[in-house]
Amino acid sequence: MGIFNQLLIIVFAPLIGALLAGFFGNKLGRVWTHRIAISLVATSFLLSLKIFLSYFYGSAEPLNQTLYHWASFGNISIQVGFLMDSLAAMMIVVVTFVSLMVHIYSIGYMQDDNGYQRFFSYISLFTFSMLMLVMSNNFLQLFFGWEAVGVVSYLLIGFWFKKESAIFANMKAFLVNRVGDFGFLLGIGGILYLFGSLDYAPVFEKMQQAKAMQESAQGVLASGEVTALGALGLEKTFSPWAGVEWSAISFICICLFIGAMGKSAQVPLHVWLPDSMEGPTPISALIHAATMVTAGVFLVARMSPLFEFSETALAMITIIGAITALFMGLIGIVQNDIKRIVAYSTLSQLGYMVVALGVSAYSAAVFHLFTHAFFKALLFLAAGSVIVAMHHEQDLRKMGGLRKYMPITYWTSVIGTLALIGTPFFAGFYSKDAIISAVAEAQGWGSNFAYFAVMAGVVVTALYSIRMLLLVFHGPQKMDEHTASHLHESPKVITYPLLLLAVPSLAIGWITAEPMLIGGYFDDAIMVLNEHNTLAHLKDIFGNAWAFALHGFVTPVFWLLLIGAIAAWFVFAYQPQLAELLAKVLMPIRKLLQNKYYFDQFNQKVFAKGSLGLGRFLWRYGDKAIIDDGIVNGSAHGVRKLADKARKLQSGYLNHYALVMLIGLMVLIGYLYLRN
Amino acid sequence: MSLTHYLVVSAILFSISVIGIVINRKNVITLLMCIELMLLAVNTNFIAFSRYLDDATGQIFVFFILTVAAAEAAIGLAILVVLFRTHRNIDVADLKGLKG
Repeated sequence: MGIFNQLLIIVFAPLIGALLAGFFGNKLGRVWTHRIAISLVATSFLLSLKIFLSYFYGSAEPLNQTLYHWASFGNISIQVGFLMDSLAAMMIVVVTFVSLMVHIYSIGYMQDDNGYQRFFSYISLFTFSMLMLVMSNNFLQLFFGWEAVGVVSYLLIGFWFKKESAIFANMKAFLVNRVGDFGFLLGIGGILYLFGSLDYAPVFEKMQQAKAMQESAQGVLASGEVTALGALGLEKTFSPWAGVEWSAISFICICLFIGAMGKSAQVPLHVWLPDSMEGPTPISALIHAATMVTAGVFLVARMSPLFEFSETALAMITIIGAITALFMGLIGIVQNDIKRIVAYSTLSQLGYMVVALGVSAYSAAVFHLFTHAFFKALLFLAAGSVIVAMHHEQDLRKMGGLRKYMPITYWTSVIGTLALIGTPFFAGFYSKDAIISAVAEAQGWGSNFAYFAVMAGVVVTALYSIRMLLLVFHGPQKMDEHTASHLHESPKVITYPLLLLAVPSLAIGWITAEPMLIGGYFDDAIMVLNEHNTLAHLKDIFGNAWAFALHGFVTPVFWLLLIGAIAAWFVFAYQPQLAELLAKVLMPIRKLLQNKYYFDQFNQKVFAKGSLGLGRFLWRYGDKAIIDDGIVNGSAHGVRKLADKARKLQSGYLNHYALVMLIGLMVLIGYLYLRN
Repeated sequence: MSLTHYLVVSAILFSISVIGIVINRKNVITLLMCIELMLLAVNTNFIAFSRYLDDATGQIFVFFILTVAAAEAAIGLAILVVLFRTHRNIDVADLKGLKG
C-alpha cells in the first residue's frame, strides 16, 4: 500500500466513523457506535504512527500530491491534496492519538448522556476536519479545515443545547473566531495577490529562493541596494488609502496571524476559550487544549518561510504571545472552577508557543505544541475524572482530600502537573526550556518584554498548577456527606486513557527532544533565516536529553519554578488563613483578575452593545427610513400622486379631448413650420 | 374660379366642423355630422389640387375617403343606437363614464 493510500485512510476513516455514528447511530445502538468510531480512529492512529516513525527514524521525503482537482479560474486552480512532511506527520500523530484517547474516555464520561451517538459522531468529524487542516497542501483546503474544526467546536461547546450558558458560549466562540477568520481570509487574498497561486509549493519555493539569495548575497544583492525580496519581485506594497503604504509580506503575515489569534485564543481574541468549558470535558481536552487551539501555532510554523521575512509581524507575534502567556496565567490563580483553571493554563501555554514563534524558534513552538497536547489532554481528562466522581461538581472549594479515593487520577494528575510546570525530565521541561532560552537569545523588537513575561510565567504556572493539585487532592474534605460517601475511582475506560497519556507526558521528551529541537527533524518543513536562528546555541548546552535535564536544575528557570511551587504550598496548604489574608490585602488586583481584566465587560459594552446599536440605527434610518419609506413605499406614493394629477386631464367630455387634440395639432404644425 | 376659391371654401367648411365639435355639448349626432363635414372639407381640398396639378391620384383618394366615411357613419350610428338603448339618452354631457 502506497503512502498516499495510507494518507487517504488516515483522513477518511474518521469521516466514515462520523457519518455512521451520525446517521445510523440509533440503529447501531450505543455499543456498536463507539466500537465502530473507536476502531476507525484507531486505524487512523496506527497508520499515522507508522508514517510519523518513517519520518522520525527513516527520514522519509516530503510528499506533495493532489487528490482531486475541483475547479479552475484562469490561472488559479482549486484542488484537494495532501502535503506530508515532518511537521504534518507530527501533527497527525498528536491529533489521532489524543482523539483515540478521548474516544475511549468518552465511553465512561458520556455513558448517561442521551446524545451519546451524536457525541461520537462529532468527535470523529472533528478528527477528520483537523486532519484535513494539517495535511492540506493549499490555502483553500487549509481554510476548509480551519472552518470545519470551528463548526465542530461550535457544535460541541453547545452540546448540551438546553443549557443557556452553553448556547451563549458557543455563540461567543463562533463570533470571536469570525474576527480571526476575517483576517485569515484577507491573508489568503494577499497570498493570491502576491504569488498568484493558492498552493503551498510555489509560495514556499519563492521564499526558499529569497533565503538562498539573501544568505549568499551575491550579484545585485552584494551592493545592499536591492533586497532578496525585491530581486524576486515580492517587495510589493498595498496602499489602502492615499499616503499609506504597507509592505505586502507584512500585511499577509499579520492577517494570517490574526486568523491564528482567533483559533489559538491570543489576547484580545482569547475571550471565547474559557467559556468554551461549557462543553463536555473530553471535548475540552481534545479540541480546546490539545489540537484545535494549536492550529494557529501550526499555521504560523507552516508559514514560517513567509513570517521569516516580516520583522513587523514577528514583533507583533512576540508581544501578543508574551501578554497572553503571563496575564492569562495570572487569571488562573484566582479561578475556582477546576476546568477554568486548566483552560487559563492552556491560554498561557499557547502564549508560550506564540512567543516562540515570534522569536523564530518555530521548532520549539511546535515541540511545545507536541508535548503540551499530551499533558494538557491528560490534565483535562483527569479533571473530568474528578468531575465524574464529584457528581458534576466543578468548584475547587467543595473538593479536597480526593487523593486516597482516586489514586490513579491523582498520580496521573501529578505527572501532568509536573510536566506542565516544566520540571526537569518531564516532557514539558524540554519544550518550555527551549522556548525560554530561545527568547533569551532573541534580538527582535519586544523580546526583552517577552523574556520577562515567560520567566514570570514560570512562577505563575507553578502557582496555579500546584494550587489546583493541592486543593483538589490534598487537605480537608469539603464536599457534602452524600457526595463523600459515593467517592470512588473512575472506571477503566476513564483511567486507561489517563495512564496512556501519562506515559508520553513523562517520557516523550527523552526520545523526541533532541531530534526535534536541535537535530533538524523539522528542516524540510520549517525555514529559519540564519540571523534569526535563536535555537542554534541550544546545541552547545544540550548534549543529550539527560544532560539537558540535569542542566535544567541549575538554570534560574528551575528556581523560579521552585519559588512558585513552594509559595503555592505555603499559601494554600500550609497556612490556608494566609490565603484569605492575602485575598483581602490584594483586593484590587484580585478583583481585576476575577473579572479577567474586564475584557468580557468591555466586549459586551462596546462590541455587543455597539453592534446592536449600530444595527438598530441602520434598521431605523437605513432600512425603515431610506429603503422602506423612501425607495419602496416612496416610489409607490410618488406614482400615486402623479397619477392623481394626471387623471384630472381625463375629463370625460369629448369636446375637451377634441380641443386638446386641436391645440396639439396646431402646436406641432407651428413647430414644424417655424423650424423650416 | 381659381384654386384659392376652392381652398377658401374648404377651409371654411373645416373650421365650421371644428367649432361644431368643440362647442357642441349636447348631441352626439351633431358630433358625427361635424366629423363627416370635416372629411368633406378634406375631399374638396383633394379634388381642387387634383385638378390644379392635373393628377388623378387625388380623386382616387377621395373615393377611399368616402368609403371610409360611409363605414364610419354606419358604425357611429350603430354605436349611437346601442348607447341610446343603454342610457336612454344621447347627451354628450352625460357620457363621462371614463372621467378620471
